[in-house]
Amino acid sequence: MLLSYSLRNLWARRLSTALTAGGMALVVFVFAAVLMLEQGLRETLVDTGQPDNVVVIRKGSETEVQSIVERSQAALIESLPEVARGAGATPLVSKETVVLITLSKRTGDKPANVIIRGVGAAGIPLRPQLKITDGRMFRAGSGEIVVGSSIARRFQGMGLGEAVRFGGREWRVVGVFDAGRSGFDSEIWGDVEQLLQTFRRNAFSSVVFRLADAAQFAEARRRLDGDPRLTLEAKPERSFYADQSAMLANFIRILGLSLSVIFSVGAVIGATITMYAAVASRTAEIGTLRALGFRRSTVLLAFLVESLLLSLLGGLVGLAAASLMQRVTISTMNWQSFAELAFSFRLTPEIATETLLFALAMGLVGGFLPAARAARLNIVSALRES
Amino acid sequence: MLRGLLRLILRSAWQHRLRSGLTVLGMVVAILAFGLLGTVVDAWYAGAEGAAANRLITRSAISLVFPLPLTYRERIRAVEGVRGLSWANWFGGIYKEPKNFFAQFAVDAESYLRLYPEFVVGEAPMRDFLRDRKGCLVGRKLADTHGFRVGDTLTLKGTIYPGNWDFVVRGIYDGARKGTDQSQMFFHWDYLNEVLRQRLPGRADNVGVFIVDVEDAGRVAAVSQAIDREFANSRAETLTETEKAFALGFVAMTEAIVVAIRIVSYLVIFIILAVMANTMAMSARERTAEYATLRALGFAPAFVAALICGESLLLALGGGLAGILLTFPVAAAFAARMGTLFPVFNVSGATVLLQFGCALTVGIAAALLPMRRVTRLSVVDGLRAVA
Repeated sequence: MLLSYSLRNLWARRLSTALTAGGMALVVFVFAAVLMLEQGLRETLVDTGQPDNVVVIRKGSETEVQSIVERSQAALIESLPEVARGAGATPLVSKETVVLITLSKRTGDKPANVIIRGVGAAGIPLRPQLKITDGRMFRAGSGEIVVGSSIARRFQGMGLGEAVRFGGREWRVVGVFDAGRSGFDSEIWGDVEQLLQTFRRNAFSSVVFRLADAAQFAEARRRLDGDPRLTLEAKPERSFYADQSAMLANFIRILGLSLSVIFSVGAVIGATITMYAAVASRTAEIGTLRALGFRRSTVLLAFLVESLLLSLLGGLVGLAAASLMQRVTISTMNWQSFAELAFSFRLTPEIATETLLFALAMGLVGGFLPAARAARLNIVSALRES
Repeated sequence: MLRGLLRLILRSAWQHRLRSGLTVLGMVVAILAFGLLGTVVDAWYAGAEGAAANRLITRSAISLVFPLPLTYRERIRAVEGVRGLSWANWFGGIYKEPKNFFAQFAVDAESYLRLYPEFVVGEAPMRDFLRDRKGCLVGRKLADTHGFRVGDTLTLKGTIYPGNWDFVVRGIYDGARKGTDQSQMFFHWDYLNEVLRQRLPGRADNVGVFIVDVEDAGRVAAVSQAIDREFANSRAETLTETEKAFALGFVAMTEAIVVAIRIVSYLVIFIILAVMANTMAMSARERTAEYATLRALGFAPAFVAALICGESLLLALGGGLAGILLTFPVAAAFAARMGTLFPVFNVSGATVLLQFGCALTVGIAAALLPMRRVTRLSVVDGLRAVA
């Protein structure tokens, strides 16, 4: 009964209800979008790593681009007993070179840094999430490259069959791959020896290997740390990529949440104004209710419910709008790797719950003072008002 | 007549003190948030704003990650129209923790500071800096953030150049203009190169970027083409662009973030518009009988409409002005908190104008619907209305 009373009240002042709920919906939209973006970024980078893969880079260099691993050091890693072996007992180790090249986007001709990764024969089996969707894999020892799906879409000369020039030679795109929405979707892959030659390097950037048993990571790391010839550090691939998302994710979170808090002040004020007006215009009605024997607490509850319903409406509209954002992909430079990274908004049940709770909290804060005023009204003087 | 109108407007705003107060408060918050977001976007573009028209940046055509050989120095100098030349390497060291990020450059000190007169250093500190191989210069803002004083030793952990690197602060530079980046650190390229020669000989004698001073700012395009032609089809091809284009390239890489901030800053205006429109609709609905009485007394519909518009503008501009005034101290506090993350963080005149424009628009837009309703109101219906 309480619910239908509150609902009918909201319907009676449609314009006010719509405006207030609309303001709240915008705030909720910003709040949800920020959480979804952060989630999308984290998932993208965490999913890039495989649980039993290990990345080895030079100590102190935070990213693969800055790292240097000499050939002799790479050979030592290859001989670790913890390394898994594939067909024919070849170790599952990929010695890779990772550099940035500047490419122009298809729209607006704007430059962006893109990761180009040279991988060894084991590079592909080490990343089972990577599937060629168009064309074929590059041939070892050739000037062929394959590109991630978001690179093919966004950059000039990166479509299947197109060619691009860098490092003094032509490179033909022979395949487009999908890496399950992970960070590899924003990379270009080619043959490691060809790329090393082109960039006139003789050392690798990183070495990636599969553990025979995921539990042996500590063992492998101890062995690497103990060898004085190696100034390297090993990290599980998952946490290596998760660390790279930390700075951008924090930035999005802090900026977004402080904005949500500031904006929510506006929405709470809107709710308070609406609810005060609702109380003022129904003073006689409240007096009647009280005279009929309804308690102060019931009146308080009735107005709180009305305010909560208002905010729930705003919350649902805002959340619905935010869920449409899942189709949008954001592409920006990740400061830590200094390279372009594409990621999208992801809605999870936790985010939906958090968002609705946030909306209800706004309704509660905005409705409390007006509801308290309604509950404190004196029966006699309230009845006299018309 | 006008005075009567003003008094009526003030009275009706005062009649619902709580509601008016809340609306103004909402307006203050919205305009403040709008101003801060605009300032954040400006800060993004600060590097491009400070660029000089006659400075060119020459870097590797592949990407900034690839260095150029030092030997290019003489060949660039020989290009017609080039007046001066300097070079710099991005060092990318970590001071204690990654979150203390600031820009560090290994520069050819004498020529670099000649090309960048906006970094102002006193004569004595300049002499000390040039004399000390391991000396460095730090910006005023950077020094304030981390408490660096002349004579202090600061240690950076290299990410690109391995190891720990010690530097002695020999001077603190100031900016010639308000928009000059005062959160950078400069040290001697020669020192970096000497150490590299001993430890990693393969990486010595490399330069990140060359900075080229062009004699005639009108000829920058021709000069940059001439430089790139000089190195076409060589081991390391170059890409030369104006300092401004170079800085804008960085902005473009994070453009998605700038766009998102812009969109959000306009969303806050829509939020406050919803709140204001609600307030005005309520105010007008409650006074329907009052307005009908005025009309019955012979006041024109336009007078009544002006009454509503006036109240809306009073609230919007009152809140807007307070918000604008608050933007300055809040931006200063924010800049102090963020330290060197935003090297330049100033509220621009354009931002203030935009804030004012938004407050004005919200004030008028919020009054439109009630104004239309009241001018169409028949006097008899209005007199009968009970709020």
